[in-house]
Amino acid sequence: MSAALPLGAQERGILSEPIFNNNPIGVQVLGICSALAVTTRLDKAIVLGLGVIAVLVLASLAVSLVRNHTPPTIRIIVQLSIVASLVIVFDQVLKATLYEISLELSVFVGLIITNCIVLGRTEGFAMQNGPWRSVLDALGNGIGFALVLVLVALIRELLGAGKVFGFTVLPLDKDGGWYVSNGLMLLAPSALFIIGLLVWALRTWKPQLQEKD
Amino acid sequence: MRRLESTRYTVIFATIVCVVCALFVSVAAVSLQPRQAANARLYMEKNILVAAGLVQPGQDVSVQQLDEFFATRIKARLVDFETGELVPEGQMDARGYDQRKARNDPGASRVAPPNAAGIGRMPKYGVAYFVTKDDEVEQVIIAVEGLGMWGTIYGFLALDRDANTVRGLTYYEHKETPGLGGEISSPAWLQLWHGRKGYDDKWQPRITVIKGPAGPPESDPLRVDGLSGATITGNAVTRLMQFWLSDKGYGRFLEKFREGAMT
Repeated sequence: MSAALPLGAQERGILSEPIFNNNPIGVQVLGICSALAVTTRLDKAIVLGLGVIAVLVLASLAVSLVRNHTPPTIRIIVQLSIVASLVIVFDQVLKATLYEISLELSVFVGLIITNCIVLGRTEGFAMQNGPWRSVLDALGNGIGFALVLVLVALIRELLGAGKVFGFTVLPLDKDGGWYVSNGLMLLAPSALFIIGLLVWALRTWKPQLQEKD
Repeated sequence: MRRLESTRYTVIFATIVCVVCALFVSVAAVSLQPRQAANARLYMEKNILVAAGLVQPGQDVSVQQLDEFFATRIKARLVDFETGELVPEGQMDARGYDQRKARNDPGASRVAPPNAAGIGRMPKYGVAYFVTKDDEVEQVIIAVEGLGMWGTIYGFLALDRDANTVRGLTYYEHKETPGLGGEISSPAWLQLWHGRKGYDDKWQPRITVIKGPAGPPESDPLRVDGLSGATITGNAVTRLMQFWLSDKGYGRFLEKFREGAMT
């Protein structure tokens, strides 16, 4: 990296911190709504994860670039306009490239606008930091979010439908295999259970994350 | 900081943000539109194959495979709704015919007869796809559409040689609530239609989406399981299916088809 885009210890911290130590879902417990809806299948989770990363990075960059010119009274609506425009464009790109996935995902893509992680990063970080750091922070948070999404989707698709990416891994009993699918995994509550277990696992692995009361 | 707080500056800044965002969104939408339209058309034609049972709902189909199917197994024709006759081959491009565009073209459509399916105008001609095997016509597929809860529902219905038994059904475009009415496009629900009958003994279109579960197709052929939380969508599906099966839609054509007058 050139001097203009330094990647020192501090920058690396900004990037890696939200992936584990300050994971948006696992630690901050934000963005749960889309985590419930799109994690029945791995391909859907990956597409939405990539969408959130792209929107988050570009929104943070744009917000950071205009942060010193933004009137404080309208800063939230300015951020929302930027985020909303990016989300619409992402939806259009999806319709032009992955049409069939877009049919199922479009409604949740629209919900990225209201995803608390996006507004949280633009308002909480990009408004106070330069463009390069804001991009790193957005990338870290986006990856942290997408990682959890993919993990939950992997568990749900595998145990719920016996498949990974639509390929049969555990042959179902109704198709002559041995695996009796767990129908609960395909319903929304299972995502909450899995995320709860993930939060527990994360806090056991990193005890410093536990709140003292 | 003084500058940022003035009303004048705030209004100017807000205007610039709006114009830039609007430009960004419209450029993306306009430049991606041709690809989206091509995708939508590909998806529509794929659904004809799904209704015919030639491909599975989740399967990827390339343009070449589509052309291959249309060359060997599917024969696209046009039906004159008023007479029930086929439009002679070569007179119009049946596969390239855009029924939706025709419906909105005053020259190619007319006001639909009074109906419950929310259909205001209907085209003069409708598509019909003959599914053949070794030059024998096995099924006929018709296009169905009608007003759902949030928008128009579009689909294809495949009927057996008797023009009565459902062999396949797809709803490939709709705006129903995801998870509730949107389930009309789920393969599991569409599977329930297989083997059911469109008409009763007196050849009246009678297939109905009921509330709650229906019996197996053999003993309960005129009723289909309802979707919980989707009564309005279910009723809309009933009305649109009955409309297109009636003499206002493909009824006259299907009568001729069932009598073997056309292959």
